[in-house]
Amino acid sequence: MTSPRIDEEMVRHVATLARLELSDDEVEGFRTDLDMILTHSSQLDELDTTDVPPTSHSLPLSNVFREDVITPSLTPEDALSNAPEQEDGYFKVPAVIQEGGGA
Amino acid sequence: MTQYESVIGFEVHVELNTQTKIFCGCSTRFGAPPNTQVCPICLGMPGTLPVVNRQAIEHTIRTAIALNCTIPEHSNFDRKNYYYPDLPKSYQVSQNYAITGLAGWLDIEVAGETKRVRINNVHLEEDAGKLVHSNIPGDESSLVDLNRAGTPLIEIVSEPDMGTADDAVAYMNTLKNILEYIDVSDCNMHEGRLRFELNISVREVGTEKLGTKVEIKNLNSMKTVLKCLDHETRRQSELLNAGGRVLQETRLWDEAAAMTRAMRSKEVAHDYRYFPDPDLVDIHIPAEWREEVRASLPELQEAKRRRFVEQYALPEYDAKQLTNSQGVAKYFESAVAAGGAPKAVSNWMMTEVLRELNEREMTASEFPLKPAGLAELVGLIDSGKINSKTAKHVFARTLETGAAPTQIVEQEGLVQIDDSSEVEKWVDETLAENADAVAKIQAGQTKAMQALVGQVMKKSRGKANPRMVNEILAKKLG
Repeated sequence: MTSPRIDEEMVRHVATLARLELSDDEVEGFRTDLDMILTHSSQLDELDTTDVPPTSHSLPLSNVFREDVITPSLTPEDALSNAPEQEDGYFKVPAVIQEGGGA
Repeated sequence: MTQYESVIGFEVHVELNTQTKIFCGCSTRFGAPPNTQVCPICLGMPGTLPVVNRQAIEHTIRTAIALNCTIPEHSNFDRKNYYYPDLPKSYQVSQNYAITGLAGWLDIEVAGETKRVRINNVHLEEDAGKLVHSNIPGDESSLVDLNRAGTPLIEIVSEPDMGTADDAVAYMNTLKNILEYIDVSDCNMHEGRLRFELNISVREVGTEKLGTKVEIKNLNSMKTVLKCLDHETRRQSELLNAGGRVLQETRLWDEAAAMTRAMRSKEVAHDYRYFPDPDLVDIHIPAEWREEVRASLPELQEAKRRRFVEQYALPEYDAKQLTNSQGVAKYFESAVAAGGAPKAVSNWMMTEVLRELNEREMTASEFPLKPAGLAELVGLIDSGKINSKTAKHVFARTLETGAAPTQIVEQEGLVQIDDSSEVEKWVDETLAENADAVAKIQAGQTKAMQALVGQVMKKSRGKANPRMVNEILAKKLG
């Protein structure tokens, strides 16, 4: 069995994507942990899944829907109650330099 | 200098016109005060579970069918992971591995020719929130409104099958028209319900190989799309002619500077790590459901236009004008069903009715003169009760008063006078009063004739049958 080989660069990349700041020691710690986790789960690779269709879900369910009917929303006070900062009913966050998320 | 041509593809985002969001019962109404249409689900609170809005799935199927896509029996939602303050969960629920609509096409008409644009896919996702800048002077913070977060959004991805600004305009208009016809979105661009993103590359004229494509965001009107197309084609061509190379990147349209600019590479170093969303179960669309939706789709413009030409013997031009909006088409058919002659109804609609609708910013169903009223008006002209000049007056009066055309004609005594002795009396009077004009006509200046016709009509207060006036005048002067 081959190890998935998580390297330091990969840990730093994932940390950047998750907006986490890691010390060098933490990077090494996560590298080892993630490597072990992936090595463990890679045992699954030993199974022959040639005739098994890809599974996107573990539950034998499909088409769980709701009807298009409005239900009450939170009050703005409740909605903002966990916000560290707010202004005029908005969540206040550090400046975003560029507009244009992914949607 | 090498000549380059552009190759264009679109990614179009459409907010669906559902009452509620895709995964929760919060309203999708536009313009509410910030953060008043949010709940633990669309705020991305831990421990909440999304449940899919059936209508959103149905609208996706409608759109996929209208765009001639195949609809796989199984599709599902994936998480697209990225960090941004307008995205509370730090992932957007979208479709990546098993998409609802695949490999369709849309026919567009450019300069009288039909061109097929292939549609790569139609998928369903959730919209993000909105960011605004702080109102406090000097405060660099951003403010987040999550009312829009979770609004169902369809993305329609085309293949790069367009080459010119005309193609792009035709594509945008045709697509918008279809989305309005099948009633999945109101397509209000001011409210951001319909948003365009462009892919542009350039290649040497006459060659086939695609150049490096650039993606452009932040285009909030069709006009902007056109300005951007022009600018970006020029930018890429000049870059290549100067020995440079086009980078594959995402650029933003800067409206103030009227140019595109690159987003910093760090911001677009996207690594979305898509994976199936474990909180949402699979979507199963059996053939019966698909066919049920197909059967519920209205006749689209193309088909309607062809039918109008055939069934009502209208010229192509009329059929096109009358089917641009479903409401106008319906108005026309109702007026014809109420007894109006098709071509006459069409003429009135293309001139008077469409102009009034435009000026009043109204839809056809809101128009104060109902289809039956227009049929009545057209009938009054056809039967010779009123002449077309009087008809315009009656049309204006019905809009002012809401009274039926026949009623106005009776009340105002507008019935056309076909009594030749009466018309003759007006003609005689006019001739007596205009000896100059009579002399001119008799000297061969036939132009003066029209002035005399006008005088007679005036005398009759518009009621004389113009044909009769012409005949009697010609006879008397001949």
